Amino acid sequence: MHPALSIIVFTTSSGLGYGLAFFLGFGLLDPAAFATKAAHVIALGLISVGLLSSTLHLGNPQRAWRALSQWRSSWLSREGVLAIVSFVPLCLSAWFVIFEGRHSWPAGLAGSLGCAVTVYCTAMIYASLRTVEAWHTPLTPAAFLAFAGAGGAMLATFFAALGGGNAGLTAVLALVLLVLAWGTKLVWRRRLRALSSTSTPETATGLGALGRVRLLERPHVTENYLTREMGFRIARKHARKLAAIAFGLGGGVPFVLLAASALFAAEGGLGWPVFAFLALAAYATGMLVERWLFFAEARHSVMNYYGR
Amino acid sequence: MTALPSQPSATKLGLVIDLDICVGCHACVVNCKEWNTGGYGAALSDQDPYGEHVSGAWLNRIHTFEIVPEGGELVGEAGEARIVHFPKSCLHCEEAPCVTVCPTGASYKRAEDGIVLVAEDKCIGCGLCAWACPYGAREMDLAAGVMKKCTLCVDRIYNETFDEEDRVPACVRTCPANARHFGDLGDPASQVSKMVAARGGIDLMPEQGTRPVNKYLPPRPRTTLASRGQAGPAADEDTGGATGFFAWIDTMLEKI
Ligand code: SF4
Ligand code: SF4
Ligand code: SF4
Repeated sequence: MHPALSIIVFTTSSGLGYGLAFFLGFGLLDPAAFATKAAHVIALGLISVGLLSSTLHLGNPQRAWRALSQWRSSWLSREGVLAIVSFVPLCLSAWFVIFEGRHSWPAGLAGSLGCAVTVYCTAMIYASLRTVEAWHTPLTPAAFLAFAGAGGAMLATFFAALGGGNAGLTAVLALVLLVLAWGTKLVWRRRLRALSSTSTPETATGLGALGRVRLLERPHVTENYLTREMGFRIARKHARKLAAIAFGLGGGVPFVLLAASALFAAEGGLGWPVFAFLALAAYATGMLVERWLFFAEARHSVMNYYGR
Repeated sequence: MTALPSQPSATKLGLVIDLDICVGCHACVVNCKEWNTGGYGAALSDQDPYGEHVSGAWLNRIHTFEIVPEGGELVGEAGEARIVHFPKSCLHCEEAPCVTVCPTGASYKRAEDGIVLVAEDKCIGCGLCAWACPYGAREMDLAAGVMKKCTLCVDRIYNETFDEEDRVPACVRTCPANARHFGDLGDPASQVSKMVAARGGIDLMPEQGTRPVNKYLPPRPRTTLASRGQAGPAADEDTGGATGFFAWIDTMLEKI
């Protein structure tokens, strides 16, 4: 599948934003601190950037409101509805913290629930597609949720270290979720490697009874919408290297940095926030690579007609 | 509504495509584009139409496959090697995944005849339906930003200003080899249903659970010259059956 930049930015950015908002909803940071107020603004900002970026790949974005109508059957519609519905408690929660310096449990918890469900819906857009076997597994939403959680806990650690509260607690949460997320991803990748397509050129043409089927001539010599959108291919060896980069930058580096930052915990000062920020930067970069691979490595069944 | 009709439609209009007959001429493809660029919805645009990287939205495409039989690595080495021209357009699936994923309600399946359509004024061009279709039957029109797909020529088949023989999809009307047939696959007594029954019509990618309405008729088994017995040059040499004037000519010519 074509790794479209708008969708990669959308899932990464909104994942981080929803993750942070999720932990803020539990009142883990001190609502009176300036850092906590900033955290609320950043969370809403990341979510908004993500959602806006997702409308960039639409052919007719002015009609995007129509996407809220088919929540009964469509995961994309559900995602849209939940993104908007959860904005209400998230904004309320931010209001209480920013202007009144207090944490509201009802708004906070409702917001956290909204965050989790919205990320789940995003993941289900992919996981529900039978045509892309790499995605069609419950491991996909599991990984999306764990990644959003790990990123959120890491962001929370950064703001807590800046004076928002108990950074030790959020750092431990981040470490646990990091292991969980990359563990899930490892299983996800194992499954991908072991996949043998159920749809083949033989089933696609129905000619399997006569022998092995291979493409002789495609409909046009040039590329078309289908080959551009769904015919993206990446060499195995490159995928392996990129995966190693994603695991390292998104998993290993932040883990070590976060664990090391605990050394600064007692001293206070800038040590902890700087380490937490570096961990975060590495994680975000690793996530972009991970999301790119998520698309680039996925094969669509239509390619059985295009010999790819 | 992007929910599928609650009851499967009794009428299931669709195509039956005979892979034994199609010669891969692309006439159906061209007539499809010609009809639909001026018909239902936005025109079917092309990008860079006279340039090196020409591409555009097409609702019907012909692929050509070669079949390597069991035991042969190269075509022609063993068994019945074949080249099969393979037309492909929307199959108007009964369990159409392209319909249920659509967030706007633009994609729908008609309860009355099973045709799957896109209401272009509702489509936001998100492309998810094209991801959900296993067959590549949907293509985005990059100029209009809406999804295009085969309409089964809904604007022809019910058009009473047309002569009876023209009330079929453009591809069916134009096929010079008569490889394409249109009819009601929900009616076991229809011409197309009988054809499917007689020739063992097949579903494409049944494992995707889409239950396509369109069916493909597989190529018939080959007959070799030897198995046809009589035919061949030897048979042409035999003049024993000639009578009357021809028998006289035969005897005369033999004498020269
Ligand atoms: S062939 Fe594709 S576009 Fe047509 S109904 Fe089936 S899934 Fe939908
Ligand atoms: S591209 Fe249009 S028809 Fe397809 S899923 Fe999106 S809104 Fe629906
Ligand atoms: S017009 Fe008929 S013979 Fe020609 S490509 Fe189409 S189906 Fe095949």
